[in-house]
Amino acid sequence: MTGFIIRRLLLGLVTLWITSLIIFAATQALPGDAARSILGRSATPESLAALRQQLGLDKSVFTQYWEWISGVLTGDMGASLVNSLPVTEVLSDRLVYSLFLMLLAAAISVPLGIYLGAASARRRDSAFDQTTSVATLGLAALPEFVVGITLVVVFATNVFTWLPGVAVTEPGVGPWHYPKQLILPVAVLVIAVVPYTARIMRASTVEILESDFVEMARLKGLPEQRVLWRHAVPNALAPTFQVTALNLAYLAGGIVVVEAVFNYPGVGLLLVDSVRSRDMPVVQAIALLIAALYVVLNLLADVATILVSPRLRTSLE
Amino acid sequence: MTDAVVVESVPDLDERPIRPSRLLFSTAWRQHRTKIGLGITLLIVGIAVIGQLYTPYPPDQGVENLFPFAQPSSDAWLGTDALGRDVLSRFLAGGVSVLVLAGLSTAIGMVLGVAVGLTAAYSRGKLDDVLMRSMDVLLSLPQIVFALVLAATVGPELWLLVLAVGLTTMPRAARVTRGASVEVVEKDFVRAAEAIGLPRRRILFSEVLPNITSPLIVETSLRMTFNVAVVAGLSFLGFGLQPPAADWGLMINENRNGLTIQPWPVLLPVLAIALLTIGTSLVGDGISRAAIGIERGRSASE
Amino acid sequence: MSTQAPSLEVVDLRVEVDYGAREDIVDEITLHVAAGDVLGLVGESGSGKTTVGLAVLGHTRRGARIVRGEVRIEGRDILPLPPLERQRLRGRLVSYVPQDPASALNPALRINTQLEETLAAHGFGTSTERRARIVEMLEEVLLPTDDIFLKRYPHQLSGGQQQRVALAMAFANRPRVIVLDEPTTGLDVTTQAHVLETVRDLCSAHGVAAVYVSHDLSVVATLARQVAVMYGGRIVELGPTHALFTHAAHPYTRRLVEAIPEISGKHALIGIPGTAPRPGHRPVGCFFAPRCSFAQAECHVSFPPVENVAAGHDVRCFMHATVLAESIAARPAARPRAELGIEDALVAVRNVQASHGARQVLFDIDLVVRPSECVALVGESGSGKTTLARCIGGLHGGFEGEIFFRGQPLPCGSGARDADTRRNIQYVFQSPYNSLNPRKTIGQIIAQPLGVFFSASGADARRRAVEALERVQLSPTVLERYPQQLSGGERQRAAIARALVAQPQLLVCDEVTSALDVSVQAAIIDVLAELQRELHIGLLFVTHNLALIRTISQEVAVMSEGRIVERGLVDDVLESPQADYTKKLLSDTPSLEAAIAASS
Repeated sequence: MTGFIIRRLLLGLVTLWITSLIIFAATQALPGDAARSILGRSATPESLAALRQQLGLDKSVFTQYWEWISGVLTGDMGASLVNSLPVTEVLSDRLVYSLFLMLLAAAISVPLGIYLGAASARRRDSAFDQTTSVATLGLAALPEFVVGITLVVVFATNVFTWLPGVAVTEPGVGPWHYPKQLILPVAVLVIAVVPYTARIMRASTVEILESDFVEMARLKGLPEQRVLWRHAVPNALAPTFQVTALNLAYLAGGIVVVEAVFNYPGVGLLLVDSVRSRDMPVVQAIALLIAALYVVLNLLADVATILVSPRLRTSLE
Repeated sequence: MTDAVVVESVPDLDERPIRPSRLLFSTAWRQHRTKIGLGITLLIVGIAVIGQLYTPYPPDQGVENLFPFAQPSSDAWLGTDALGRDVLSRFLAGGVSVLVLAGLSTAIGMVLGVAVGLTAAYSRGKLDDVLMRSMDVLLSLPQIVFALVLAATVGPELWLLVLAVGLTTMPRAARVTRGASVEVVEKDFVRAAEAIGLPRRRILFSEVLPNITSPLIVETSLRMTFNVAVVAGLSFLGFGLQPPAADWGLMINENRNGLTIQPWPVLLPVLAIALLTIGTSLVGDGISRAAIGIERGRSASE
Repeated sequence: MSTQAPSLEVVDLRVEVDYGAREDIVDEITLHVAAGDVLGLVGESGSGKTTVGLAVLGHTRRGARIVRGEVRIEGRDILPLPPLERQRLRGRLVSYVPQDPASALNPALRINTQLEETLAAHGFGTSTERRARIVEMLEEVLLPTDDIFLKRYPHQLSGGQQQRVALAMAFANRPRVIVLDEPTTGLDVTTQAHVLETVRDLCSAHGVAAVYVSHDLSVVATLARQVAVMYGGRIVELGPTHALFTHAAHPYTRRLVEAIPEISGKHALIGIPGTAPRPGHRPVGCFFAPRCSFAQAECHVSFPPVENVAAGHDVRCFMHATVLAESIAARPAARPRAELGIEDALVAVRNVQASHGARQVLFDIDLVVRPSECVALVGESGSGKTTLARCIGGLHGGFEGEIFFRGQPLPCGSGARDADTRRNIQYVFQSPYNSLNPRKTIGQIIAQPLGVFFSASGADARRRAVEALERVQLSPTVLERYPQQLSGGERQRAAIARALVAQPQLLVCDEVTSALDVSVQAAIIDVLAELQRELHIGLLFVTHNLALIRTISQEVAVMSEGRIVERGLVDDVLESPQADYTKKLLSDTPSLEAAIAASS
């Protein structure tokens, strides 16, 4: 089994490595002059040359990639073009804000989604199931910024003014000091994630409840609680783990928009600002970070799936 | 095998031949959600397509005698926006871009994805591995992040946006296609086609593809729903159409700060995008339910 | 034994589908089974036999509902009991052995857990006592009792072992009544014979009344004292096993018996025309009347009442006197087989080896098919018979050794063969449910080889298609239909027609009847034998069923573990088998005749 996990880990690293190539290719090695497109048409030849040197554009593409990736591996991601601070420093504060937001959203939405899904499956075709089905379908379709602005209109500006619609923070103070400001951003992310988890959990539980072994468990005269918790749920978990991992990775895309809506000073907002100001080192670093999150979450899901599936576990022993 | 218990009512298969695709759509049509979803979608598409022809004012110029964020009046029924332009005109003109960009990128992504998925499922082995692993790499960045990375280098170009959203649609479509086809390529009718020497491309397109149309239609509507969100989201972030163009995402971005004074230039596009995404996803869900119902009815009758 | 009061009585049971129209799945079901007795509940697919089996436990599948009747176990009707009490009876008073233990055992729980919870749920003793009972149960079903075995998960057991675990579970709480739902389907004949023996021993040792649900009359005949035959959701005949098979009073029972292939091959197989009606599609009057050669006007008016024809022998047929008068011995004799000609071989397989990935599945195969002859390739699942058939058909990735077709060496894959060879070797697949593209009409499906091999289209293609359909006794109207609008038997005929339009010299038939009901199987065999006789097509008939081969083939090759263990003329091999494996296979194949002979 350790062998399998190591293989998966290596596969994840390969994925990450290829992603780094794509990011690098997209940001630095794309045909055309990156320095000119950053500085615009009015740039003087001197400033162009200086920027090229700063970006390392005067070296070969391979040297550029090697310098970048070896820097990443040693914790040196270069300096921001906007304020010349090291990228790691620019990122660290923002990362705390974003991770806190995501963890909070994940901690609420994953159990909620699993509960809603399992409950709908158990009371299949009931009014509760129908309502949940329509609600999750509708909410799943809505873009985050639509949900975000709607929540702002309802709870922050036009209808009620209970909650702040924009985050106001001081540097160096953790996001947990402003619990009220967190409510709406977290709510948007929860609304984005819960529908998927709930729908998958419902589907896989329904399937398991129809399986021969659940019928057999009932025909053995087992109490319904044991049928559900000992026979059905463990078998419904594996697919849910996979989807949960994808969902949490998806949160990384969600925070970009959510942070922009609420002006929340996290990595997502930084990405948007950096793209606008063409701050390449920061853009590269954030993109790589998000890809790494995806790889890690998938690895966790694989391990969790193996742990709950004896068939996989024993075949790997 | 087991005794027949028909789960969902499906038109009687015994009486006369019904083309399977017709059966899918007629079964889907009997679901309320399909009708409602299609109605909503057509309403928004209608507003976006026809509306741009009937704008009361030129959408990219300010209305004379009216200030920015003017309240609704007989001159401008829904007031003016942050630059004093007519909200209704900008709303009517601003939908086409979302539809065209999302539609185009969905089409590109689906075509590429279906081709990759079919090839992977049919060839198995090394090629399958290589194709699907490279799709996985593209999945490691969320669609919007991928588009932002490209925009950082090239700038907010529309072709780039379509390309980015299309390319990120591809791996998702490929996964669904492969997932649906691996079962089909194992069926004996594919062996039968191979045995008589049918060329590979004909086997893929005339034997396998017709059997996965239901999941592909469902996937298309799902991808369309997501791509509307991504395209509008990128506009909202300022990386889609550039001012002074009229575009729903851009309208929200431009007028966000005046929400308390003049909510219409924000609310109207928000409502339109919400309805559009709900509409397309309802249609997809209706078709998906119909497909499941037909599948159940079929397996129960066997 | 039968003098005891019945342990199980089912009275006037009716189960309906639980939506819209109030269609019944089964109705007017009345049965009695005494302690220690086995009742065989026989019917083809869709007859409602599983529904009745589950109703004995007071259970219905989703979408169905018990609306009337009584299920008495030791005198007590369990249907009116509240759900919780009924649940407590299941697994203790009445238990169930599933059809497919591979899917009925929970993949996530160890064998020990699943056995123990069956006892614990019904409050059986302390954990030490439960442990002792588990060991006792496993010994009874001839399974190991050590910890290593108990800690296994279901997927680590063989199919036979899984079924024995399910049996142990069912007998764990010493129930009074047990329902066995085709528990040996999917097991090979040797394992099946052993499992059946265990079932019989356990039932008589513990005085359990058993209902054995099955589509296989031969299996039922070896096991049951009484048999109930179901058709269209009704019991059409019920009586002692011997009487039922020697003096069947219902035309359906009679046809069913005639459709069973026998190793002795003393009679021709006769299929039943038409298909069994599904719920909601049943005709007025007797449901069997449209397929019945005895049917009179009154049969199309009302369903016949239950009539007693002998002690313990009931039938629902207006014509039972006429049916009984027609002696069962008057079955037509098997047709004389085509004489063996000594021409050059159509197919000659020389020293062929083949593998699935790293595992070798065929070893040193030699086989000859002569023109217009039929060779039966017999073996249990996993013997390699399908791989060999696929090598010949060009559907297996690769093989070593040589296969000659009319003297010419055959390349491995169909892609490497020329069009004429591809046309001359046609393959008919096991399951007509996945060998016909569900998105094409039968017409389009048959047109495909016509286009590829003869560039035929339009009226010419249609004429050839109709001709092929007539050969397999299908009407031209099926050309416009989709496969899912046809029954299993009709689909298999259409698949054969697709092969026929290519005008092949060799037809490779891979288990072509194993997905079909017995009555349909007989009709397909009939069609194939006729093709061989009239079109002089050579056949390679792959099957797991020894009993089928005498009616169709001249030669037989018996396969086991990738090797041909015996080859020869059918009569020689069946009457004086040389290989030990063939002998064992012959003795394990359930035979209706033998069972009847033993019971009289």
